Amino acid sequence: MSTSNVRRAGCAALALTLLTTAAAQEGPDLGETPSPELIAAWDISVSPDGAGLPAGSGTAVEGAPLYLVNCLVCHGQEGEGLLNDRLVGGHGTIGGPAARKTVGSYWPYATTIFDYVRRAMPYLQPQSLTNDEVYALTAYLLYLNGIINENDAMNSATLPVVDMPNRDNFVLAYPEP
Amino acid sequence: MSKFIYRESELEQVAGNGLLHRRLFLTQSAALLGAGGLGLLSARPASAQELPAWMSAPGVGMSEYGERSPFESGVTRHVAAVAGTTGSGASRTPLESLQGTITPSSLHFERHHSGIPEIDPDAHQLLIHGLVERPLIFNMDALHRYPMESRVQFLECSGNSRPNLSAMPPGGSCGDIHGMVSCSEWTGIPLSILLDEAGVAADGRWLLAEGADAAAMTRSVPMAKAMDDALIALYQNGEMLRPANGYPVRLFLPGYEGNISVKWLRRLKVTAEPVMTRDETSKYTDLLPSGQSLLFTFPMGVKSVITSPSAGLTLDGPGLYEITGLAWSGAGKISAVEISADGGQTWAEAALSEPVLSKSVTRFRMAWRREGGPAVLLSRAIDETGAVQPSRNELLAEKGPQVSYHNNSIQAWQISADGGVTNVYV
Repeated sequence: MSTSNVRRAGCAALALTLLTTAAAQEGPDLGETPSPELIAAWDISVSPDGAGLPAGSGTAVEGAPLYLVNCLVCHGQEGEGLLNDRLVGGHGTIGGPAARKTVGSYWPYATTIFDYVRRAMPYLQPQSLTNDEVYALTAYLLYLNGIINENDAMNSATLPVVDMPNRDNFVLAYPEP
Repeated sequence: MSKFIYRESELEQVAGNGLLHRRLFLTQSAALLGAGGLGLLSARPASAQELPAWMSAPGVGMSEYGERSPFESGVTRHVAAVAGTTGSGASRTPLESLQGTITPSSLHFERHHSGIPEIDPDAHQLLIHGLVERPLIFNMDALHRYPMESRVQFLECSGNSRPNLSAMPPGGSCGDIHGMVSCSEWTGIPLSILLDEAGVAADGRWLLAEGADAAAMTRSVPMAKAMDDALIALYQNGEMLRPANGYPVRLFLPGYEGNISVKWLRRLKVTAEPVMTRDETSKYTDLLPSGQSLLFTFPMGVKSVITSPSAGLTLDGPGLYEITGLAWSGAGKISAVEISADGGQTWAEAALSEPVLSKSVTRFRMAWRREGGPAVLLSRAIDETGAVQPSRNELLAEKGPQVSYHNNSIQAWQISADGGVTNVYV
């Protein structure tokens, strides 16, 4: 086959692809309309601007006993890590030869703590805590890391504006700057 | 019983060739163990003249769902669970034991964050909402009526090959080091079809994908990728997805780091900005020597690895061998793989086995006459964008010693004079 034949075959194949792609875009439209209640129940994601944060509130003082019951076995007495990730400390180590990534030293957004604890923790009983309890545990982790005071209430207004120490060290690789 | 008598009479017919005692022993073993017992399966003829046991009687019956040969039972994934759990952590594909390009579904690597959910497909739904004209929810029967595409493409965890970032070359097999890459034929619905039905708003630049596992795993996906080649996958290698790979429905994003292809897909929320979930901030971000971290380093780099010979395998002696392995790139097709047998001093181009597909694994092969002295085997892949797989030193120089994800550097296998193969850094 000559080069020009290859090219022609390529063009024909491309044209066919475009046709079939256009045809394939016609979906059978079988989605149903979900109720607003279902969407509200399923939508548990929380964005850095606080969108998605529920009503409720909690402090580190309230979170400490919850931590002992729900978190200590995997994360250690005061978040130093045990079976699973350390959550506390490591401040100033990021960028050094032995970076210790923790919630306090590394995580860029405090809202992510609430989002993750609510959806995935405690490991054996995810999504079993009340929103007040998740706020309280979030506050306790921030307090253990020296980011807030033990009586600072975390809620939908205060959590998004918590100043995470490593926030400015995150750079978007996508979309490319 | 009649079967047993038949076998005995067969034995008598060949008794004269001097192999009678061996056959008698086999027949007795079969009677003791029952038909299909391992004693029969492991029997080997005493000489090439003797009729093998499996030709002297009909074989076992058919089955509703097939099994591999019991002689292959040693080919297994390398499982490493997080302490205190059985379902969190990873299992790795035994690349050194496989050929071709398709990973058997039973040997596809696993990476789970809170075990494998046992999902009843009749009780599972997929919700699309957020910045759309009309939110939609699909049951599985509805999804199966949509037009589908099939693609043979790889999935690789961005933590794959991390062992080779340690100061000393780790032991273990090729699969232990590089086995968090697998390749399947994925069949499903182009995500763009479902998103078009929902009507994505102009500011819907991202898409949050959430799984129905106990971790409710979430990642933010660029809308451009979702509309380009994302698949709502339902089938893997011709059958419904395995539970460990997202049954009954998963997201599949060709060429992207594996974590973002969310399994057990339950919810897609169109957003203006990424949600900044735990798995795209505290994990799967690339820490730089400066202390800065890169968010959203999605594509997997051009990469290859020689699967045979590789660590743990032993070469018999001098002679002709085939060097073979896998090459892949998240950017497209592999255009060439070069092999060195002298630690990188000289290189030659390997043959690429067809088909060479985009964002898929390509099998490469090269004949090698081993003289018997020591050798260091390397492979280096180049993709259709011209990207060249870096050496380990080049990768470390570029990304720094703290690099943790996206190790696509060259693997070196040292062959010793006695035929042993070990992992070395060059």
